[in-house]
Amino acid sequence: MNALPKKIRVDLELIAELVAPGSRVLDIGCADGTLIEHLFREKQCDARGVELDMQEVQRAVAHGLPVMQGDADTELVTYPDNAFDYIILSRTLQAVEKPREVLRQMLRIGTHAIVSFPNFGHWSLRLQLLTKGRMPMTAGWNRMWFETPNIHPCTISDFFALCEQDGYIVENWLAADEQGARTPWRRSRKLANLFGEQGLFLLRKA
Amino acid sequence: MAKRLYEAANAPKGCTAGAASAYPGAAMDQSPTLAEIQHQSVTFPGGLTLDCGRRLLEVTVAYRTYGTLNAAKSNAILLCHALTLDQYAAEQNPVTGKPGWWDIMVGPGKPIDTERYFVICSNVLGGCMGTTGPRSPNDDGSGQPHSGQPWGTEFPQVTVPDMVRAQKLLIDHLGISRLFAVIGGSMGGMQVLAWAALYPAQVFAAVPVATASYHSAQNIAFHEIGRQAIAADPYFYAGRYWSEGVRPERGLAVARMTAHITYVSEEALARKFGRKLQNAEGLSALGDQFAVESYLQYQGSSFVQRFDANSYLTITRAMDLFDLAADHNGVLSAAFKGTKTRFLLVSFSSDWLFPTAQSRAIARALNHVAANVSFVEVQSDKGHDAFLLDEPDFHHTLRGFLAGCAEHAGLV
Repeated sequence: MNALPKKIRVDLELIAELVAPGSRVLDIGCADGTLIEHLFREKQCDARGVELDMQEVQRAVAHGLPVMQGDADTELVTYPDNAFDYIILSRTLQAVEKPREVLRQMLRIGTHAIVSFPNFGHWSLRLQLLTKGRMPMTAGWNRMWFETPNIHPCTISDFFALCEQDGYIVENWLAADEQGARTPWRRSRKLANLFGEQGLFLLRKA
Repeated sequence: MAKRLYEAANAPKGCTAGAASAYPGAAMDQSPTLAEIQHQSVTFPGGLTLDCGRRLLEVTVAYRTYGTLNAAKSNAILLCHALTLDQYAAEQNPVTGKPGWWDIMVGPGKPIDTERYFVICSNVLGGCMGTTGPRSPNDDGSGQPHSGQPWGTEFPQVTVPDMVRAQKLLIDHLGISRLFAVIGGSMGGMQVLAWAALYPAQVFAAVPVATASYHSAQNIAFHEIGRQAIAADPYFYAGRYWSEGVRPERGLAVARMTAHITYVSEEALARKFGRKLQNAEGLSALGDQFAVESYLQYQGSSFVQRFDANSYLTITRAMDLFDLAADHNGVLSAAFKGTKTRFLLVSFSSDWLFPTAQSRAIARALNHVAANVSFVEVQSDKGHDAFLLDEPDFHHTLRGFLAGCAEHAGLV
């Protein structure tokens, strides 16, 4: 393992900024475990991961990271209440079978949930749908409707509405571009929903 | 060969020594008999109280070590062996003359690196390679341990936790207060789980491989065929075969043949043998026909040269009795409540004896108590035996897991 701080993806950097040092973290859909390694090295967190893809799991474990193979839809129910300080779900919510239930489980086993997802309300998607009448194709939404794993697209406004409906407090949120860099649409949800390519939310239970 | 076997079964009592030579491979295998080899061991005069309530007045544990124990005694890894293996994990086996059973995994620069770690492997309680078992003198409670005949089938029924308690005596004897890791596959994995449940503070990392938290009905059923085959052998003499100067080799060989089928996948058997014929002369039911038959017969015959039938009965029964959840009011996670141990569970995709679902159930039970758990299913077509074979994905995973744990344990 490399002890030097490594440069990680901008969107993961943004997520890491939301995590308090020394906390217990579960990263769902952790891929090769880049974020949990970063949280362990830079923030002394007890960070673990769950990943669906066995190749990624092996890569992570062979790198010395605690990762188990599993599915967000079925695995979260096996954890006890309040076992973690943060449950992270990065760019995965739109691909799970029951997003609402997954969110509910996240805020049961963790005191905070950090969720990021591609924003289907972005202007370019709206424009494509309006002008061509076909499902939009962009850098973020780049698979045909019949083969995309992203079966539950939502917009930033949709997500705010769900949080309100299910009683989650939005402690922090921001809109980001495709690479994950922060965008300036902080003041207006409507502008964020139009110009943000991704939404990033820090939630806790009411 | 099968025909000759059939005749041997009907041989008159007293026709003894020749029985083994009826097996192909036996002539090549001129290894000394089990009793002639001196194994490195330590004897604990305090004995051991067993799960069954009986007490062994003294216990001998035969073991081997590889690598060097560091000054802090913090780099020790205990390997737990499977049903018919032994303490010779990473060196030539003195009985069979073959390389150690985990030579591929344990050694300098290998995944379990003996340049970093001090590796210990002991023969299980109930075994026949120097640790107290059915071949040891019966202490019959008289207080004179060396007075008796071998225990034979009167050896108390030991359990997997009993095996672990005997290993704990050895670990204490070596002055090790915490094992860096406990690693084992199959029945070895059961021991790893028992270690983590019985002595959580003494196990920094646990690696149960290709195993389960209980022995399934199907697995018990396969074991029972083996035990019945041994019991039906006319040379078994109700377990007192040593007094007749014979061994129930036919029964033990059949037991091994049955078990061996469960260790491999259908795919591996098909690839290796398919429907290839061998020595097929005409059509007969008992003559050799298929290549897979002579392979199995070889597996059976080489096994009887190195293993004691009573040990086989005792250890298979110990596996059958294993049910970690049952020991904790039916709740598996209760066995690991509050554990700080770091776990790595590994299963193999074509293992139908200890399928992935069993490992996943253990991983979920560990999730229930928010334990630190990694879980990997390795793609392999080699069946249960894959954990002993060249599976690079498994080896990389274990090597990396240990390196990560070493960092957390402050072993640098």
